[in-house]
Amino acid sequence: MKPINEAAVSFLSRSANEGFARTAAACFAAQLDPTLEEVNDIKTAVSEAVTNCIVHAYPDRLGRVSMRLRLFEDNSLEIQVKDWGVGIDDVDQARQPMFTTGSAERSGMGFTIMESFMDAVKVRSRPGKGTVVTLRRKLSRRLGAAV
Amino acid sequence: MPVTCTGGGRVLRAALSGEVDHHGARAIMEELSRQIDLELPRELTLDLAGVTFMDSSGIAVLLRAYRQVGELGGSLTVVHVPDQAARVLRAAGVDRLIKFA
Ligand SMILES: Nc1ncnc2c1ncn2[C@@H]1O[C@H](COP(=O)(O)OP(=O)(O)OP(=O)(O)O)[C@@H](O)[C@H]1O
Ligand SMILES: [Mg+2]
Repeated sequence: MKPINEAAVSFLSRSANEGFARTAAACFAAQLDPTLEEVNDIKTAVSEAVTNCIVHAYPDRLGRVSMRLRLFEDNSLEIQVKDWGVGIDDVDQARQPMFTTGSAERSGMGFTIMESFMDAVKVRSRPGKGTVVTLRRKLSRRLGAAV
Repeated sequence: MPVTCTGGGRVLRAALSGEVDHHGARAIMEELSRQIDLELPRELTLDLAGVTFMDSSGIAVLLRAYRQVGELGGSLTVVHVPDQAARVLRAAGVDRLIKFA
């Protein structure tokens, strides 16, 4: 399936960019005239994926995070969040609820939240190379959609 | 202020506001923790009406307050949870641990 629209942003792994990434994804999704609940689901999943890059991928340095947004004919949205950080040794284990390698400020629920808010969550990672998280969500068809 | 506290006599009410994400959570967690240490509440009510966004970072804030008040023998109630935050808390199963009113 070929995308009918695509956009990409790239930013430094500063926590101030968490809000930027959420808003950018919500703005891109706006052309589908999503419901408020759909917009919030997208923002929440993006926040989890991007925060993971900022917190885990680059624990002691600033690195680059990229987010690619794609829209498909069947009204589905694909969001790919990519980093070139430390990577994940065991992806299955990382996706378990409450599994965390982080501090007391982390609860190990990020992947669980992404999974419950999106239709599909794909994780590809290579230790020492980086991680790509792909989120997919089909949106309801509404009259106001621009595409 | 992301945390505004009122009350006394060991009944504390804390109103959180703004975006409770990783960027904002540390300041909120520290301020809340400081207030709990100061007031030693028997009852803590967290009012989330002013929260415009919450993700898993907010879960850690709530769980920390829950434990801290629990250690004092007190109880925590969370009120006025906006829809987006409620969905996050439900997805994480936090509603089975913490009392929502
Ligand atoms: N981009 C990433 N780079 C490296 N490790 C990652 C990345 N994303 C996730 N991880 C690993 O997967 C674990 C689980 O991630 P998840 O988002 O579910 O929980 P968390 O980030 O630890 O806590 P929370 O999201 O609740 O704050 C992390 O603790 C970390 O070890
Ligand atoms: Mg996370």
